[in-house]
Amino acid sequence: MKRKIALLMVLVLVTTTLFIGCSTEANENADNENDVIKIGVFEPMTGVNAAGGAMEVEGIKLANELYPEVLGKKVELVIVDNKSDKVEAANAATRLVDKEKVAAIIGSWGSSFSMAAGPIVADAKVSAVGASCTNPLVTKGNDYYFRVCFIDTFQGKVMANYAVNELGAKKAAIIREVSNDYSVGLANFFMNTFKELTGDENAIVGIADYNTGDQDFTAQLTNIKKLNPDVIFAPGNYSESALLIKQARELGIDAPILGGDTWEAPEFLEIGGKAVEGAVFSTFFTSEVPITKKSEEFLEEYRKRFDKEPASVTALGFDAYLVILDAIKKAGTDDPVKIREALAKTKDFEGAAGVITLDENGDAVKDAVIKQVKDGKFTYLTTIKSKGN
Amino acid sequence: MGMSNFLQQLANGISLGSLYALLAIGYTMVYGILRLINFAHGDIFMVGTYIAFYSMTSFLLPWWLSFLIAMILTCIFGIIVEKAAYKPLRNSPRISVMISAIGASFLIENLAIVLFGGRPKAFPIPDMFNKVVKIGNVSIVSVNFYIPIITGILLLILLYVVNNTKTGMAMRAVSKDYEAARLMGIDVNKIVSFTFGIGSVLAAMGGIMWGLKFPNLVPLMGLMPGLKCFIAAVVGGIGDIRGAVLGGFILGLGEIMIVAFLPSLTGYRDAFAFILLIVILLLKPAGLMGKNLTEKV
Repeated sequence: MKRKIALLMVLVLVTTTLFIGCSTEANENADNENDVIKIGVFEPMTGVNAAGGAMEVEGIKLANELYPEVLGKKVELVIVDNKSDKVEAANAATRLVDKEKVAAIIGSWGSSFSMAAGPIVADAKVSAVGASCTNPLVTKGNDYYFRVCFIDTFQGKVMANYAVNELGAKKAAIIREVSNDYSVGLANFFMNTFKELTGDENAIVGIADYNTGDQDFTAQLTNIKKLNPDVIFAPGNYSESALLIKQARELGIDAPILGGDTWEAPEFLEIGGKAVEGAVFSTFFTSEVPITKKSEEFLEEYRKRFDKEPASVTALGFDAYLVILDAIKKAGTDDPVKIREALAKTKDFEGAAGVITLDENGDAVKDAVIKQVKDGKFTYLTTIKSKGN
Repeated sequence: MGMSNFLQQLANGISLGSLYALLAIGYTMVYGILRLINFAHGDIFMVGTYIAFYSMTSFLLPWWLSFLIAMILTCIFGIIVEKAAYKPLRNSPRISVMISAIGASFLIENLAIVLFGGRPKAFPIPDMFNKVVKIGNVSIVSVNFYIPIITGILLLILLYVVNNTKTGMAMRAVSKDYEAARLMGIDVNKIVSFTFGIGSVLAAMGGIMWGLKFPNLVPLMGLMPGLKCFIAAVVGGIGDIRGAVLGGFILGLGEIMIVAFLPSLTGYRDAFAFILLIVILLLKPAGLMGKNLTEKV
């Protein structure tokens, strides 16, 4: 008798769980089809690039708050952490397209992570819009990857121009974060232009490498010091770069140190302290010179909420969301393939960090801004036009 | 390569090596007594650094008080980890304790991500640790002088405690045989807790020195140093305190010299530690200073 009762109980339990499972699933489906459009976000929220991801997500969330609806449906953000890791980035993208069935994807800070997700979004035919991933290979040959920022061929030129024309440098040394596609790519473009401008094949006197996550750069820097370069170009992650500059100054290296857009994080200033004073880098946007009406709206809303100045990548995260929203509106549906077609045609779209027109590769053509660390703050130096370079 | 350049690289290597040595002592200490590879050591190191960070930035305490508080709290934290993750498994096979150690390590890391956030924090550096000292053409930051001094002092204290005190005698007895030690009237649990406490204080001290040298705190900061110091301890002969110091210096100098003289191999810097581990295990499994003991049956 006891056994029969037990069996019955088990049966009841199993059937109820089954029913519960069914009913929630049905609800979710109804939600999906009728009133929610999901936009996936994959960004580094933990790990060495966490600050970059957090700043972009700030912008994406702000945009979602201000523009929460499209085609009469609510837009839901599905934010997944890619843990500053290439394998996790691929996993995150797979989860967004397979499980969450998002209409489009935003991400990721760090070109390497975007490149890891590239084949996945292309296979699934879901478009991704990068906010600040600048390596040319992110969008090249991938019909489903777009971005709202300029690319490193341009950024490398901008910094090489600055080094030669503003600083009068004749010899440069390069320090690369060798496991990071962004850093290696940007360093290459810088070297090409630097050699061209100086007309000297041997203008690059030395190249040193380090790995993501390294803390000690004294060995590389001691080797660089002996070469006595006029300028050092060291694009890389903000925390490693800050430690690197600190150690360079401690070793007595006085040459100006230049970098790229990834340096614009508060952590760069905090970790580097006095040592990063004078460091110069190129980036996308400055709150001191609003470019469009959207910039003003973005700045006002951001300052109201966070009571500080936004980073460039926050503005770009904001723009990436709006560009997708605009494409969904134009496509008139949340069908990912139709959204892709609309995205590819994006032209003269007014974003917070400038006007966006996507070229045949899916890259935005934009001006660059040069900033310098002064009195513990990022200060605006100049704007470099994208044309005429 | 000029002489001054070589001396600078040597200084770089010694300062990195002494930091590894400091961390490896704590590792080897726990192993020597408990025959347990404490995989959570790197995470206790991380917790210690964060405690020092928060006492300085949130509670605005002077640095020496913050460091003291960090050491005391980390000591308590280490004992709690031992009581929760290792004590219940005292009579289980060693492999279970090791798995429990890995679990504890993951738990602490993920809790730290939730509590402290994933974004890096900048460790404040008091001026006395941040001065650049020039000797000829060689520049050295002052913290690099303090690290070997602290390592040396701790080494002497530890050697004294282990070899010349009653508690030390009890520790050595426990390391040989739990049961026999218990029969001799030694409170095994107390000795184990004491060992863990000391190991955690060493981890906190190492973490603080790490923060002063590399002021970049992230919740996973203990991972790589933890692994490297484990290797340093094994290379020197795990369980041997002087061996750990030797292993730390070999590792630090080796890493710097690889990058300095073979720049094309920079990408394999971390691999150097693991290759060294394999070579030592093949040629001298007991480590450089270790004694070859015959296994008890």
